[in-house]
Order: sequence, then C-alpha cells, then structure tokens
Amino acid sequence: MSPTAAVEPTTTAALSSPQVPCIAGVDRYLKLRAAHVESFELADESGKTPQDLLDEAKILVIGAGGLGCEILKNLVMSGFKHIDVIDMDTIDISNLNRQFLFRKRDVGRPKAEVAAEFLRRRAPDVNITAHYKRIQDMSEEFYLGFTLIVCGLDSIDARRWINAFIYSLAEQHGFEGFKPIVDGGTEGFKGNVRVILPMQNACFECGLDLFSPKTTYPICTIANTPRLPEHCIEWASVLEWPRVFPDKKLDGDDPDHINWLVDQATARAAQFSISGITYSLTQGVVKNIIPAIASTNAIIAAVCTNEALKLVTSCNPYLDNYMFYSGDDGVYSHTFPYAQNESCMVCGHKRKSMAVAPDMALEELIELLKEDPSLQLKSPSLTVDSTNLYFQRPKALEERTRPNLEKKIGDLFASGSTLTVTDPVLPTSLQVTVVFA
Amino acid sequence: MHKLWQQKKKEAEAHKTNQRGSPARIRLQKELGELETTPDLEVVATDLMHFSLIYRPQEGHYHGGEFRFKFDISESYPHEAPKVLCKQTIFHPNIDPEGHICLNILREEWNPVLNIQAVIFGLQLLFLEPNKDDPLNKDAAEMMAKDRQEFIRTVRSSMRGRSIGGIHYSNVLVAPESSYGSY
Repeated sequence: MSPTAAVEPTTTAALSSPQVPCIAGVDRYLKLRAAHVESFELADESGKTPQDLLDEAKILVIGAGGLGCEILKNLVMSGFKHIDVIDMDTIDISNLNRQFLFRKRDVGRPKAEVAAEFLRRRAPDVNITAHYKRIQDMSEEFYLGFTLIVCGLDSIDARRWINAFIYSLAEQHGFEGFKPIVDGGTEGFKGNVRVILPMQNACFECGLDLFSPKTTYPICTIANTPRLPEHCIEWASVLEWPRVFPDKKLDGDDPDHINWLVDQATARAAQFSISGITYSLTQGVVKNIIPAIASTNAIIAAVCTNEALKLVTSCNPYLDNYMFYSGDDGVYSHTFPYAQNESCMVCGHKRKSMAVAPDMALEELIELLKEDPSLQLKSPSLTVDSTNLYFQRPKALEERTRPNLEKKIGDLFASGSTLTVTDPVLPTSLQVTVVFA
Repeated sequence: MHKLWQQKKKEAEAHKTNQRGSPARIRLQKELGELETTPDLEVVATDLMHFSLIYRPQEGHYHGGEFRFKFDISESYPHEAPKVLCKQTIFHPNIDPEGHICLNILREEWNPVLNIQAVIFGLQLLFLEPNKDDPLNKDAAEMMAKDRQEFIRTVRSSMRGRSIGGIHYSNVLVAPESSYGSY
C-alpha cells in the first residue's frame, strides 16, 4: 500500500515508463481530453481549476466486484488521483468472467487489495488504498475524509446502511459532512445510477419500493405440489435444512451446505419427475443470484464515473437524479428527477432540539412535545439508541415502559442524546436532540 | 497528549452510538407504537425486531384457542418480509406441525408497502377461514374438503392436546370448552 512518491509525478511521464503497458491509450486519452474540455483550464472563484479539483478529490469506492472493478478502472483513467476502495469479500472463481482486475491466482484473496495492486501497477501515480473491511466497521472520521462516494454494491442492505449513515453525517456535520453518493446498481440486463445529495434530493431509502423483493414461492407449493426445480431447492433449504440442522445457519458459500441441498433437492425432484437440479442453480436460488452481465456493469460504471467527474470538477451539470437503463430488449435509458418520499424512514423525518433540566420526568418531556403547536402530536412513542423509553402500544410494551414515565430523563439518557419519536400524525419520525440545561 | 487523543476518540465513539436507529427499527417503532389491536390480539414485545403475537379467535372452528406466533424481523425489513412461525403444533390446513405458515403476503406476495398490521390481519383470516385450496397440511385440507363435520371434530380434538395420526398436538384451549358454548 506504499504511496508512489518516488515516481515521477506527471501522469503521462509516469505512465510512459517502459514497464507499464497500455500507455498509448492513456496518453491519447489525455490529449483528447485536453482538446475537448478546454474549461478544464478555467479557475472557479476559489482559484481552482477543474484539473486542481480533480487532482485533490478523494474518492471512496464501495464494492470491488463487477461494478467496482469497472468504476475503479474508469476513475483511474479519468485522472482521479486519490482513491480508496473498500470491500469485505474475497475473490471467487466465478467472479473472473467479469471482474477483470482479478486473475486465477488471486482466487481467495481480498477483492479490495487485489484491485488496488492491479491499479497501482497500471497507474503508479495514483494513490490507491485498499480496505478489506465491512463498511460498518469504518469510523465516522474515515468517511468524513472523502470528497465523494461511489457505490458499486449488489446488496440492498449495504446500500441502505451507507445511505442512512451518510445522511446522518450530513445532518450532524453540516457542510463538512456533506458527501454526495453516486450509486450504481445492476441486475441482469437492467441497471440504474442515482446521484444522491444528502438532505437535498431523494435518498436511496426514498425509492426502496422500486426494488422487487427476492423471488419466493408459496410455501404450500414447496411443501406439496412442486413443479419446478426451484421448488425442490426451496423445499430443501427452507423446510428440510432447519428441520435436520435446527442449530446450524445455512451458508450459501459453503460447498458442503450446497451439496447437501443438491442431494436433498435431487431426491425430491425425482419423486415428482422434475429435472434440472444443479449445483449452480441451487446456489443461485439460495443466494438469490441474478446473473451479472458484464456489459450492463460497464455501462452503469461509465455513467457513475462520469457523474463523479462532473460532481467533483463542476465541468458540466450532473445527473438529476435518477438514470435507468435497460438492455433487455434493445437499448433503453431514461433520466428523471426521483422525488423525495415524505414518508422515507431516512430523510423524511422532522428535527427538533430542546434544552431541558435533567431532573425533568419523562412524562413531562412527552407533555412538552405534545404541546408544540407545530407538531400536533397525539400519542408519541419514544426510543433512544434502540432502547425503548415509552410506547403507547401495544399493551404489553406500554406496561413495560410505563415505569419510565416517572423517571428523571437524566437517568434515562445522556445530554445531547437524540430521541426517535414516532406518532400517528408523523409520516416517519421526529428526531429530538435533548440537551440538559 | 496521547491521553487527550484517547479521550477525544472515546467522545467520538460515544457520539457515534448516539445515532438514530436503523430505518428498519424506526419503521417498526412507528408500526408497533400505532398498532390497532382488538381484544383478541396481544403483542408481547420487549425487542421490536423479535416479538410474539397471541391470538384468541372469537369465532370459527378455532374459537376458544389461544395461538402463539413468533415474529422475527431483520434489518432488511421492509424489503424482506417478517419471518413468522406458529409456536404450537396445531391441526390447520395452512399451517404445518412445525409451525410454517402458508400465507401469501409472508412470501411470494410480500411488498414493502405492507406492514405488521397486514400480516396480523392475514393470520386472523387464516383462522376464521382456513383455505383448503392452498394446503400446507395436506391431510387437514383433504379432510376439510371431504367431510366438514369430521374436520371440525378433529380441529376441536387437536386443540385439546390430543394425538391424531401419530402427531401430538398442543393444548391451546384458554378455558374449559363448555364456556364457549355450542360446539
């Protein structure tokens, strides 16, 4: 992970060294860019040219898989100089058909590290730092250090997490915490890119309904009337596995587990004269794998990189804010501003701060909240840091949290805590920061 | 100097845990805090993500019983449906002896606009109107289709905790059956 201080700093010169192949391409590209983007020489009010901004920008790429490899390569080729890449995964042999920064010898090694090594070899003047970590394991300071975040993730959970996290950074740190996210996603021949400007436009969670839930089959079909090989595989994974191994969690990446399912599903398929059970189908059903298409990844990653370049340098207007691509039947793409969802659980909430005495009872605090004419709360339920303070319903939870009503708030939470308040009149939640006066 | 740094780091950590809950958790707080429950339902929750539902049908073949369900909700909610299991062994066309429930909105027809309330309605409906056309317990469904009276007798007998066809059913009765009148 050593930086490349010893290397000649100018891009063309560094890339022209004889050890590095593919120079001609980069050189030609840089010349082309100079010819076409004259505005790259013009300084903005801060005295920085787009080129300066590009040189200074620190980009975090989340995910070094199908999209990530493309995005990383594109960022490097576009002239970004400081790139961090984070991925918790290791390379699997099935990745090699499209994740072109990896070779057979790399199988089993961390994706982030191998991708960074590859790019350092090809572009020694670019600072690339790899993090073989989960995004949840990195500190707030880590995320605060970037100009912009580009996501090439396949997991909706991870995208929801980073979206909520980056949103809270912007909320807590103001401009310092404002990190635009360029989020790319692909599924087979379809893909989308969105530019998320925290607290300014629709966030990832606003459009959560757009994602169709994972394909599942009626449990009665699985249990009694299987017609497809998938039904037999689900029978083995949903019904048989927990029955036979009640204490063992099914791991879709463990070949022993998948082989066991294949055996069970094959036996069941034979009973019902169904054919087509294979190892890869079984793993696909268990892990809900949708085959990745390299060209979709390439198109979506190109759009992501383009947006990153525009956001960082202001050389052109950026995407507002959602771009959809479909290669299912011909080539179709559409761009539109996705509206903020007022009942979004991440960005739809209201905010309020209060300065109150620590010896105030929780009940009094709730009364104070209800008296606020701008809120018109009816029956608020309160939590802090996932601890239940008071719930209006259901009955058992109300009874359990009722003793808190008499307690002093200073004994329930610390000064500066943010309470999550929900109420039937609020589309989502109210975030109340309570400071003890 | 090092101490000061550590102190700052700790403060930052404390600040970090101060962040609001995950989107899934906030949504559950809202849903449970506003749940419309009738007297035949009871939600026993200490943890919003893992709770129990007790349902006492006031009519239908399962009247007089007390049925318990376990709800397990992951951080993927509402993208993923809640996982719901019946905790007792019961004789029902749409619930197998292991407690799996065949309810469309729990699997293939789950949609993020649905919620816990909808799932509870769905469960209530299953007990008021068991569905013989979507069987999970085939024997129960066939019996229901062929001989309604025998099906009702078997349901009542299973609810008392009898063994039928080698399966020992849970006693789910809340009170002596006589107090529930005409069965």
